[in-house]
Amino acid sequence: MGADAVFRVEGLRKSFGQNEVLGGISVELHAGEVTVLMGANGAGKSTLVKIISGVYERGGGTMRLAGQAFDPRTPAEAIRAGVVTVHQNINDGVVADLDVATNLTLDRLSGKGASTLFKPASIRAQARAVADRMGLALDLKARVSDLSLADRQMVAIARAMAHQPKVLILDEPTSSLSSAEADRLFSLIDRLRGQGVAILYISHRMSDIRRLADRIVSMRDGVISGAFDRKPLDYEGAVNAMLGRKIHLDRVVARSSASAVFTAEGLRIAQGSKPISMTLGAGEVVAITGLVGVGKTALAETLFGVRRPLAGTMRMDDKPYAPGSAREAIAAGVFLVAKDRAESGIVGDFNIERNISLPFLKRMSGLGVMKKRAERAVARRQIDELGIVCRSEKDELSALSGGNQQKVMVARWMSQASRLFILDEPFQGVDISARRDIAAKLRASADGRATLIFVTEIDEALETADRILVMSEHTIVGEHRNADIDLDRLLAEVAGGPLHGAA
Amino acid sequence: MMRDHAIRYGFIVLLVGLIAYFAIAADGFVSPQSAVFIFQSVAITGVLALGVTATLVVGGFDLSIGSVATSAMMAASYAMVVLEQNAVVAVIACLVIGVLVGLINGWLIVYMRVPDLLATLGMMFLLLGLQRIPTEGRSIATGMTMPDGSVANGKFSEAFLALGRHRIDFFIPNLIPVSVVVLVVLAVLIWFFLEYTRFGRMMYAVGSNERAAELAGAPVKAYKIWAYVISGVFASIGGILLAARLGRGDIASGNNLLLDAVAAALIGYAVLGAAKPNAFGTAVGAVFVGVLLQGLTMMNAPYYTQDFVKGAVLVVALVFTFALSGRGRK
Repeated sequence: MGADAVFRVEGLRKSFGQNEVLGGISVELHAGEVTVLMGANGAGKSTLVKIISGVYERGGGTMRLAGQAFDPRTPAEAIRAGVVTVHQNINDGVVADLDVATNLTLDRLSGKGASTLFKPASIRAQARAVADRMGLALDLKARVSDLSLADRQMVAIARAMAHQPKVLILDEPTSSLSSAEADRLFSLIDRLRGQGVAILYISHRMSDIRRLADRIVSMRDGVISGAFDRKPLDYEGAVNAMLGRKIHLDRVVARSSASAVFTAEGLRIAQGSKPISMTLGAGEVVAITGLVGVGKTALAETLFGVRRPLAGTMRMDDKPYAPGSAREAIAAGVFLVAKDRAESGIVGDFNIERNISLPFLKRMSGLGVMKKRAERAVARRQIDELGIVCRSEKDELSALSGGNQQKVMVARWMSQASRLFILDEPFQGVDISARRDIAAKLRASADGRATLIFVTEIDEALETADRILVMSEHTIVGEHRNADIDLDRLLAEVAGGPLHGAA
Repeated sequence: MMRDHAIRYGFIVLLVGLIAYFAIAADGFVSPQSAVFIFQSVAITGVLALGVTATLVVGGFDLSIGSVATSAMMAASYAMVVLEQNAVVAVIACLVIGVLVGLINGWLIVYMRVPDLLATLGMMFLLLGLQRIPTEGRSIATGMTMPDGSVANGKFSEAFLALGRHRIDFFIPNLIPVSVVVLVVLAVLIWFFLEYTRFGRMMYAVGSNERAAELAGAPVKAYKIWAYVISGVFASIGGILLAARLGRGDIASGNNLLLDAVAAALIGYAVLGAAKPNAFGTAVGAVFVGVLLQGLTMMNAPYYTQDFVKGAVLVVALVFTFALSGRGRK
């Protein structure tokens, strides 16, 4: 192989400041093949895509398209050269207020040689040609804002294909589609594959990957950690390469718990998913692991009252627990360190002290007036406890490193005692030492409450938890005590398929 | 750092410089009477600005404050002149209007998901029309002829007029107008509320990161609605002061209230480098606008240059806030 590669990337590097994001990536795309790119958050997938599509400048390495040097400086140049990207956010690819025909021909309305006048008839004829080539059966006069998400995506892809590119990059195209809608997308991709387009397909969804992949490339920490092109494809190997599996010395000593704090019976969190039942005991740390998009955050939000379950019941300390809001969950002693701290945790206008006290203002005030001394004492205690590196409790959070910001978020919810402490991706964007500090703190303080951690990286689960549950397709598919774990079985469960003896 | 100091003290320096300039250029600018006059001239816009600060804190905006104030003025006049009620009834009617408009604004924004600027803009137009319906577009004064031909014989009560006209002895007899006292009391109240109570703290959290506030257990919707109620009530208090000062329900008055109040609140962002809405900054902003107008008036600048200067100052203040402090980049 290699001779017939349409698109070849070699030794691609990229750094942002001190931070090396891509450390020499080499990938080949072949005509008429779907190459799946897998990688956890922060592996460098989106940076790679942005370099290929001309958004970022590369730091080193070469790219060749059909034997020619490929060096786009803007997205428009990349498209003209024949490399087209359909981004994850569907609505970035279409103009919702225009009709389908105009969307399909949008790129011909501007640039050199475009007619000054807008000619509806010729636009529609051109659009018809594009739609036919794609096998797209849509009303060309329909407004895009009236279409379903899947149809919009079809339009976005068809629009991209109107350039007749040699390479098509699809960035997590099914992340907001239902399975029936995804099937339509897959048949479109099959059609494009048949037309000889080289497709780079970025996804975490194992069902997509099993359906489409001709080759799989796994990325981890800015390098290619595995490439698989021998049939039958080794899916578990690909997941393994993506998640990595380093042997850590600081494995935990698993504890067991006797008394149940939280139980869930027949909890269903998505249409058509299997019910979830689980019990969390006092003093134990349980990790739920699984790929992105398998419903980890949905489950965390259900336990925290932000989302309603479709069916099932929950109990806290043997009393019925059905929180209708975060407020009710907090009152019942259920705390959540939410995923994505910048979006849903940090209050940017507040300093460390005020970020920590945020959920517990009532306990730190009398007749509504804040007791500033009590507030400061709590903040100082928490800064000490978690080893937050800062000048004082008055520091702005923007002055802290990612790891210390996350420590503040954990400190916020550890400043008061909880019964069930949930952390959703607490180690995302956190350096290794802060991650160890947080994990150690969680384990040291685990007595008297149940602790539940949602992580994508299996390493993080192994380092922190007494028990590991595996999630796939919005339900729990496996359970492991974190001692003499059968990692092959765990990986097979994460990959969502039946256990392959040979794999 | 130079830049930090420029952000922190830039606007205070500007204010002091402005006062120094007018002290030299305009005779009699520096005197207790002149100072009191400045405060009196900004009392009403100041009260409105303090109210709109509450909506700015939760990340909203209220364009209806000017028309809430004039509606309250018309309602007070109608209650006393046409319905021949006493001062207490008039004041209560105004406050009820403020609460109602605040609730409706909050409901539109929180539950109907109308963007804040548009919801309150709509409310502004609605009120501008509504306040003229009872009298078919006429101003309200004792002895006016009603649409049905009868004559309205009620009068503004003395107690009500005192709110706008009475002056309290303070070292110099008859120095401080009641309206200035109202302004100072409300300023201290809202400052304390925003800075020192947990409710104020939560309102800032809602304005800075709504989702984080919600996940920390805050009833975000309630806080937002409360902010608009505060804004409505403050605006209606401004309307009471306006009616008491004019002694009639003048449909032509209050045109500048919205612009001046919003300018004061936005200038307040720049005070002491807060880069966020705050009661102290708003008060300074209101004084700033007052000093500017008083100085220009004493230098015989025509009214249209005053609008121009006000607008220019507002733009400069916004540059201070957004460009220099980097707030806009977030």
